[in-house]
Order: sequence, then structure tokens, then C-alpha cells
Amino acid sequence: MTDMSALPPTGLVNYVRRDAAQPLPPPANMTGWQGWVRENLLSGPFNIAMTIISAFLLYWIFAPLLNFTIFHAVWTGADREACLITEARPVVGACWPFITERLQYFIYGSYPLDERWRPTIFFALLLVSVAWVLWLNAPRRDIGMLFAFVFTPAVSYWLLTGGNPAFALVGVLALAIDAAGAVFGTVGSILSAIPFIGWILALPFNAVDRALNLIANGGIGGLREALGRGFFWFDLLISAAALAAYVFRNRIRYTEADFRTALTTILGVAVAFGLFVGVTGLDAGLKPVPTNLWGGVLISLIVAFVGIVFSLPCGILLALGRRSKMPAVKLFSVILIEFVRGVPFITVLFMASNMLPLFVPEQYAPDKLLRALIAAAIFASAYMAEVVRAGLQALPKGQYEGAMAMGLGYWQMMRLIILPQALKVTIPNIVNTYIGLFKDTTLVVVVGLFDFLKTIEAARIDPKWAAPTTSATGYMFAAIFYFICCYAMSRYAKATEERLGKADKR
Amino acid sequence: MKSILKSLAFGAAGILAATGAMAQTKTSTLDQVKARGVLNCGSGTGLAGFGLPDAQGNWTGLDVDICRAVSAAVFNDPAKVKFVPLSAKDRFTALQAGEVDMLSRNTTWTSSRDTSLGLNFAGITYFDGQGFIVKKSAKIASAFELGGASVCVQQGTTTELNLADFFRANKLQLKAVTFATNDETVKAYEGGRCDAFTTDASGLYAERLRMAKPDDHMVLPDIISKEPLSPVVRHGDDQWLDIVRWSLFAMITAEELGVTKANVDEQLKSTNPDIRRLLGVEGKFGEAIGLSNAWGYQIVKHVGNYGEVFEKNVGAGSPLKIARGLNNLWSKGGLQYAPPIR
Repeated sequence: MTDMSALPPTGLVNYVRRDAAQPLPPPANMTGWQGWVRENLLSGPFNIAMTIISAFLLYWIFAPLLNFTIFHAVWTGADREACLITEARPVVGACWPFITERLQYFIYGSYPLDERWRPTIFFALLLVSVAWVLWLNAPRRDIGMLFAFVFTPAVSYWLLTGGNPAFALVGVLALAIDAAGAVFGTVGSILSAIPFIGWILALPFNAVDRALNLIANGGIGGLREALGRGFFWFDLLISAAALAAYVFRNRIRYTEADFRTALTTILGVAVAFGLFVGVTGLDAGLKPVPTNLWGGVLISLIVAFVGIVFSLPCGILLALGRRSKMPAVKLFSVILIEFVRGVPFITVLFMASNMLPLFVPEQYAPDKLLRALIAAAIFASAYMAEVVRAGLQALPKGQYEGAMAMGLGYWQMMRLIILPQALKVTIPNIVNTYIGLFKDTTLVVVVGLFDFLKTIEAARIDPKWAAPTTSATGYMFAAIFYFICCYAMSRYAKATEERLGKADKR
Repeated sequence: MKSILKSLAFGAAGILAATGAMAQTKTSTLDQVKARGVLNCGSGTGLAGFGLPDAQGNWTGLDVDICRAVSAAVFNDPAKVKFVPLSAKDRFTALQAGEVDMLSRNTTWTSSRDTSLGLNFAGITYFDGQGFIVKKSAKIASAFELGGASVCVQQGTTTELNLADFFRANKLQLKAVTFATNDETVKAYEGGRCDAFTTDASGLYAERLRMAKPDDHMVLPDIISKEPLSPVVRHGDDQWLDIVRWSLFAMITAEELGVTKANVDEQLKSTNPDIRRLLGVEGKFGEAIGLSNAWGYQIVKHVGNYGEVFEKNVGAGSPLKIARGLNNLWSKGGLQYAPPIR
């Protein structure tokens, strides 16, 4: 039996046509918009019912919304009189002149009027950074990274706070000496059989450093204080590191490589900090602007970006730490993550703003905004750590074993094999955390920072604009702002997901 | 064991070294403020007429002007104030912790706060009290006619307790309708859920402005509780308490003597001994509290007298249009009375 036998022999059946007939065009009601409507909205009794209900729901939601925001809205006016209900205007929608008048306040908060060009430049820098880093086809993205993560933060800090002239030279010098003291102290503690030797070695450095701190702090003004506080915490950190090195000196066998790593890390941190301080200390005659005057979108964006930028690297480290086999590292990661997740953000902010001054003298307490930034960074990191850990656990064990079989070291394995796959899997959750963080920035209001939402809250109770719809207008504006920001993040994440997911499509 | 002890000793030494620079001598609040060059003033997070940022972000209001007056007295400059917005729950902690030098944010002076929180109250800047707002159409003229009426009130506030007390004391029947937030409460009253809405009188005026038809509602004249609002300072620094207290008294005295922001320079030439003492032309009353003798002049020149500040922020010059009432001078039927400067 061959296939041929299935066909009738040629010439016998003449009425069988050889070519396929030209298909007729589909009926008019199956193509174009009609077809679409028929196919998607009216394909059956159930669908027809759903369409009618949906249309009704849409009308029910959008008609009042449009009426409120556009058709019945008031567009011009100087004060509450414009938005009052009168005989001539019995229905009043959104009171947009209230937003127009207060827009500057919503963006800059109480930032001094003459200095508002500075936050404006900051917004521009931020925009350029974000575009440069996120747009894949942008030229020289390596420079873009430097621009976004080094240039922009340093220049923004300098611009927004106004720099700290007296600080620049003394500050860098003090830091250098501090770092040297720290290196001596740490190394001394590890090496010496005699306790205290490291501390004694570090002592003269610390003394000189303190003298310099005093000089740097000598001037009046919140800024100089604020930077002086940085030293205090740096000192404390170094002391703790030295102490830890001493305590664990016998437990761990230090190799020469360990020393090199420790030294380069400490020096690297000191140099980076020094450079940062150097840049921020440039005196260009900028008026210092204390952070209590910052507000509005400025605060919201700063808190959100610091959280977003710090949370991913810190979160990855914490996640790796939690899965590490080293007990100390694991314990630290677990305690930090669980503690942070176990306490509401608002509590930590509240403690940072009210309890800290009880333990630390006024001049060393970090600035309120800085406290909020640190709290936000730690919080986002802990949540991010769990997200990343989920990705790490989702990978089959074979990936780890395969990497090890290739002879890759721990960091190589993570960097080349594990993390690229783990992070790809967790993109939706990472972005979820980012969006959550962005919305959580509104909580900084509990430490007395006027973020975007709080500026609206403060403005809406102003009797100058007291009218029936003022509050609703304010909240509507806030909703639009947050929606645009969050939706943009979500769209970008979706594009990234699709780009990275190409490999999984068959 | 020995090594553990050594570690502990090392740790202790390290902490000592770190905290060595922290040791500081306890100085008076005035010295701290002068050294810092700025007064840290605990303000509210936004209350119409009392403390609110305007379109430029500058703080304005009655409570805010008290801080500006203290700044004017200390620095001869009303702008050397750093406003630290504090919520109702963290205001006292912040003051005790030294985050702020004084608190000026509609805080009611009560015995328990004065005696057990380590605080001192400097003087009454505003005599507030709980009142009622009703619809004009209800034809109610006094709070005593509210028997059987339903009253909208915010849950868990002293307002709710005062309301119950007032109705019980006057043997009136109360139907309280409670809500979690102030906004909800007002909306419910406006929507007709209750016959009356109660909160502090200053708040009633502010809320009335936001209603759809403000003219249909009226604030009843009766006040059923005492809410004296006062600036607060830490216990234990009497000099600083004196400065804040007498800054307020100077403003009240200035109004009593007719010294205003506009005419204060002319008044320097006045022959009235009271005015001469207030403005520091005669006597050394400023030095006695650690300030310059012209402290009174500086306050009136930069901030104004009490009446001016009242009218500008909550009175006729503001949208709130609150009548002076209890806050008028004692000589005009109110309660504001300042001891003499002499």
C-alpha cells in the first residue's frame, strides 16, 4: 500500500478541482472592530451579560470620576472662594487651583525660595542617571553607572545641603588618620598575644583624629555638626571591628590574603568616604540648607532611591549570608533579617527619632533625614534578602554542583552561575518590594519629615483653601503621582522580565 | 576564663574611648540655644491657624509666632527658629530627650502633664474649650437645649469623655455617634447623621469652613471644657522657663499698653513708665532673665503684640474669624492677663 492509492487516478474524475478555491473574505461582521467586539465581548450569552455588567461598572466608576476631575472641576482661582458651592455653581468638582498654588510646596517643601534651583538640578541629575542606567541602548553605560552611583550622590549631597567648607581639608585629613588608626588597631589586635596592644597602637591616631573632629565641628551650623556625627559613627564602627577581630583572633586562622582583603577594604572605605567628603566639602558659597526644610517630592524621592539603591546589594549579601555555612555570618544575617521583619517600619523610625537622642548626645545624633534613610535602607535590605533567598532556593542543586565541578570559587559561582538565574526568577518580587518601599516612604512622616503626602495633608487643612472638595483634590493628586511612579516601575520590570525570559521560550 | 575577662576589659576600654568625646558639661538651655544659633521649636504637624506651612513652606500660626517671639527675644531675629514637627504622641518624648528646646503646639495644660512628665508650662497662649456646632435650621441656641440630640464625636478622645460628663451633669439624654477619624466625624455630621458635632472650639471654626454650606451651620456659644493651650519647656531650667513665659507676657502687656508692631519705634519715646519698662528704655528687666534689655522691644518689633498675632492667625485677619472671647484682654472681658513688668 502506498499513499498514491488513496488518490483517484487522474483523468477519471474530471470534476474534482486540482487547485484550492480562493477563500472568500470573512463576513463583514467577523473582521475589523465589529469582529473584535463580536469575538471578545459578545461571543455567548454569558459573555454578553458580563459585557453589560462591566460596561455598567465602568460607567458607574468613571462617570463620577471624570465629572469630579474634569467636567465639574474648578480650574482657576486665588483662594477658597473659587471652590465654594454657590447658587450659580451648585456642584463643585476638584479644586485644581489649590494644587497649582501649592505645587511648588508639594515638590520642594520648605526649601528656601531662592535656593530651589538646587533641588531642580538634583531632579535633573536623577532623571539623567535613571535614564542612562535603565535604557539598555544608551551609549557608554559603564560611565552611566559611575555617573549614577558616584557622581550624582556626591554632587546631590553637596548641592542640597550646601556643602561644608570648613570641613573639606580637615575632614579628609581626619579620615585618613582615622583609617590608619583603624588599620593599626585591627592588625595589632589580631597579631598581638598581648591584649590591648591594638588599642594602644590605635590610641594616638584616635587622639589626633578627635582633635581634628573638634576643629571640624568648631563652626556653628547644623551641617558641620551633621558631618561631624559621621566621624563618630565611623569611629564606633572601626572600634567594633577591631574588637571583633581581637575576640575572634584565636578562632580563625588568618592568612596573608585575609590581611590584604581587610586592609584594602578598610582603606577603600576610608578613601571613598574621604573622596565623598572632599567633594561635598567644596566651598562654592552655597547657602547651607538644613534637612528640616526639605520636603515634598524631594524627600519622597530621596528616601525611595536610597532604599532602592542600597536594598539590592545589601539584600543579596544578607541572603547569601543566611545560606552561608559560616555560623557567625549566618547568625548575623538571620538575626538582622528576622529582627527587621519582626518590627514595624514605623516603630524603628519612631525609635530612631525619639530614643536615639537619649543614648547619644545631641551633637552626635545623626540628622533626622539620615536616620530615616538608614532605617529605610536596612528595612528594604531585609525584605530584599528574603526575596533573593527565594530565588536562590528555587535553583536546582545541580547548578551549584555543576559550578563547583567546574572548579569555580564561591564568589565566581555566585556571580557567574547562581545569581544571574536567581535574580531573573525573582524580578517580579524585587519590583514588588521596590514598589512597596516607594509607598512606604510616606511613613517618614512619623519622624516629622514632610514627604509628598504629608505636604498635601498639611496644605489641605489650610483655611485659605478650606472648601468642600479641597481634601479630595489633594488626595486625588497624590494618587495620580504615586500611580504614575509605581506603574512606570512595573512596566520597566515587565520589559526586563521579557528580555531575560527569552531563553525560556521554546 | 581569663581571656574572656581580657576581652571584656578590652571592649570596655574601646567603648570608653568612643564615648570619651561624648562627655559634655551640662549647660543651660539658653546657653545651648545661643551657642547653636538657632532655637529648636517643637511645632505641630499642621493645625489651621496655629501652625501650618504656607505656599512657600514658611511656618505660620499662633503657636508658631510664640516660638518666633522667643527667637526675637534671644537673637533679635524672628527667623532663627528650626521648626521640628512633632505628632501628639512623640511631642513630650522629643522635649524630654532634648530634641527641641520648647514645645509650642496646641498642648493642653493639665495637672498630670505638669507634675509627672518632667515638664513645665509657660503660660496660656489660647483659652480653648470644647464646643458644639449645629445646623441653623435646628433652631438650637444653647448647648443646654441639646437634650435627646444625637452628637457626632471622635472615638477615644478626651472630647468624647467631656461630652458624656456634660450631658450627665446636666441630666440631659445623650445619643453619641462615634467615628474613628475627625474627617469621618465631620462628614457624618454634614451628611445629617447627627444633630450636632463637637470638638475644640478652634477646630469647629476650621471645620465649618470646609463644609459645603458654611453659613447653614453655627457654633454654639457654650464651652463645656477647659483646654488652656500652653507652650511647654523641660523641668529644671527655671531661667529658660522665665524666658518663654515672659516672652508671652511681654506680648500681652504690649497689647494692653497699645504698643503695636507699627508704632513700637515711636513708643520708645513714650513717657508712660510701663511702656518704657516693657521696651527696655528703663530698668534692666531683660538682663535679669539673661537677655538684652530690649527683649520686649524686639518681640513687638519683629512679631507683634498678642492681639495682632491673634487677629492675623485665627481672628478677623484670617479665614477662621474666631472671636476673641476668652482670649480677649482681662480689661475687655477676656482672661488674658499678664503680671506687670517691674
